[in-house]
Amino acid sequence: MWLSLGIIFSLGMLIPGKLSLKLQYDRDQVLHIVPETYQQVQHLQLLCSTLLLDLWKPLIPEDITAGEDLHIRVPAPLVQEVKHSLDQHIISYRVLIPDVQELVDQSVPREKSSHSQVREGYVYTQYHPMEEIYEWMAQIQKDYSELVTQQFLGTTFEHRPMYYLQISQPSNKPKKIIWMDCGIHAREWISPAFCQWFVKEILQNYKSDTKIRTFLQNLDLYVLPVLNIDGYIYSWETDRMWRKNRSPHQNGNCYGTDLNRNFNSSWGSIGVSFDCSSDVFCGSGPESEPETRAVAQFIQRKKSDIVCYLTIHSYGQLILSPYGSTTKPPSNNEELMQVGQKAAAALKEKYGTSYKVGPPSLILYNNSGSSRDWTHMIGIPLSYTFELRDTGTYGFLLPADQIQPTCEETMLAVRTIMDYVYQEYISDGAVVLTSSSLGLSLCVSIILTWTLS
Amino acid sequence: MELPPSRVPVSRAAALAEGVVRLRTGGPARALRLRELRGARAEDIKDVGYKFYLELELEDVLDKDCAVNCTAEVLYHLGNKNSAPDVQFTLEGELKSTEEADHEFYTRMRSLEKELVAENIPDSHGHVSPELQPLHLLAWVASGHVIWQNSTENTQLQLAQIQHVKQVKRSDEDLQFDFVVLLHEMVSQEIIPWEMTVLWHPGDNVRVTRHRRQHRHPSGAAGTP
Repeated sequence: MWLSLGIIFSLGMLIPGKLSLKLQYDRDQVLHIVPETYQQVQHLQLLCSTLLLDLWKPLIPEDITAGEDLHIRVPAPLVQEVKHSLDQHIISYRVLIPDVQELVDQSVPREKSSHSQVREGYVYTQYHPMEEIYEWMAQIQKDYSELVTQQFLGTTFEHRPMYYLQISQPSNKPKKIIWMDCGIHAREWISPAFCQWFVKEILQNYKSDTKIRTFLQNLDLYVLPVLNIDGYIYSWETDRMWRKNRSPHQNGNCYGTDLNRNFNSSWGSIGVSFDCSSDVFCGSGPESEPETRAVAQFIQRKKSDIVCYLTIHSYGQLILSPYGSTTKPPSNNEELMQVGQKAAAALKEKYGTSYKVGPPSLILYNNSGSSRDWTHMIGIPLSYTFELRDTGTYGFLLPADQIQPTCEETMLAVRTIMDYVYQEYISDGAVVLTSSSLGLSLCVSIILTWTLS
Repeated sequence: MELPPSRVPVSRAAALAEGVVRLRTGGPARALRLRELRGARAEDIKDVGYKFYLELELEDVLDKDCAVNCTAEVLYHLGNKNSAPDVQFTLEGELKSTEEADHEFYTRMRSLEKELVAENIPDSHGHVSPELQPLHLLAWVASGHVIWQNSTENTQLQLAQIQHVKQVKRSDEDLQFDFVVLLHEMVSQEIIPWEMTVLWHPGDNVRVTRHRRQHRHPSGAAGTP
């Protein structure tokens, strides 16, 4: 009993280190020794003070006594040396704790997670590091295996796998696709939080919500929760304000390309920098980055089936339609503006949050190489960038207690767009009204009227 | 409200006006922020510059039921390199008194045995502890001055985070805080560290007596460990 109390007390001393979320006690060992002779005591005292070993019991070398328990924590790099020294002096020992870090992990509840796996309920109202998002994806696939498959998209610069979730009701007819990606910019943490929330909402309400069920009978949802994985991890571990990916330039003097300037849409023409230290560095060429290529190649392959592309960012409270690289409006500008306004109105209903709708060239700033512009240019009719809360009060550091309201209101906007997609592109007899087909049908009716008169 | 086409996005001018209003009316217990842009008009004035006439609806972040209307004019000078934009505004109605909260913060700071030192406000998860809330507001209010003095038609600056703050004891009645704040410039997307010295006492406006841009670490990390 004293032993376990002692361990708990000693672990208590370790907790401040644990809160930094860095592994400080990985493969450290705690040895149990009962010195038998005064000479052994002397040697142990010397060993502890020379190597500055962490005494758990007693607390100072002077108190080491023959016949009394001695517990020392030996840092991993010193384990071999210490054991060798003990062997040489014929001091017997027992390994009490083979890996201190493992024990800390088990006994100290981590504020941010491991009991937040799906069994006890994943906590959607907290920000999660990448490791947990990977686990969440695997778990979601397990829990909703009849609807969800985790699919491999490609690898990041630092060789991490990029996965998207395919939410699809099995069917023998080909389905149209809505694509949503989050986390293209590392510091915009509310974005991956929204993708996770969105997936959860769809899946948890699939059985009870007929609209969702009907929707999924005819459309697939593809969700990429974190596009810029390396950058996201970097923003957790090193620089909270990091934006770009982590590919090096100039022999490692300079890191990162702005992935949302790296797509092949008027690449490099406006609103970018060719200086690799800039936060809007567009890369060495269009699609120079593995993350961009992974997404672009996939979307290119599937473009005839993708009817809607949504990319989620923060902050600014905006729904941006194409284009950023030119003020020339897209061919279906009216449709894009109408649907965008409808979505913003639905969003505002929830908590009164105001969103502005329009092309960035008018309401924000010019920029080229964005994913939204590129997807529209290759033929995907409804392409939007969402800039979520807020407008600068907290900016990138949106408090976790705003995750829920932000996600709830944004969900309404996305559902509005989904409803429109269903009506216009899926339901039987739907005619896709573009300005050209409208013009054509007008011409035909005029000709008919004329010939018949 | 449909935004008029203009060479500077209207929201950029509105954000600048908002910052100046917040600077002139704010303190550790009050910070106004833009709730809604109710009206806007832009005018190109030959040989002078580009001017906006704005109607703003503002709310108090600490008391969101409390809204106030404001008219503002923002003039971006022609050849805008060296002079800050002109910002004028008129508030409709009165703002509630923050005397009690101001006094409480002031007394607490003056009576600290050791000068306050703090970092990363808000933290990575957006959290600000209640004791540091007034300091966060003070920095946000004060940054309006730095932002205003460094704004052009092509920049839109926001306070991203307080990287470091140190209280400096003074023999006069002012509280002094030396900040290093991170400003986010929305057009270049850069994060710029900026030193600023802020003075304040109850009943007074927030004053920035010194401010200086820091250089960014070459690898791109804005001075973080």
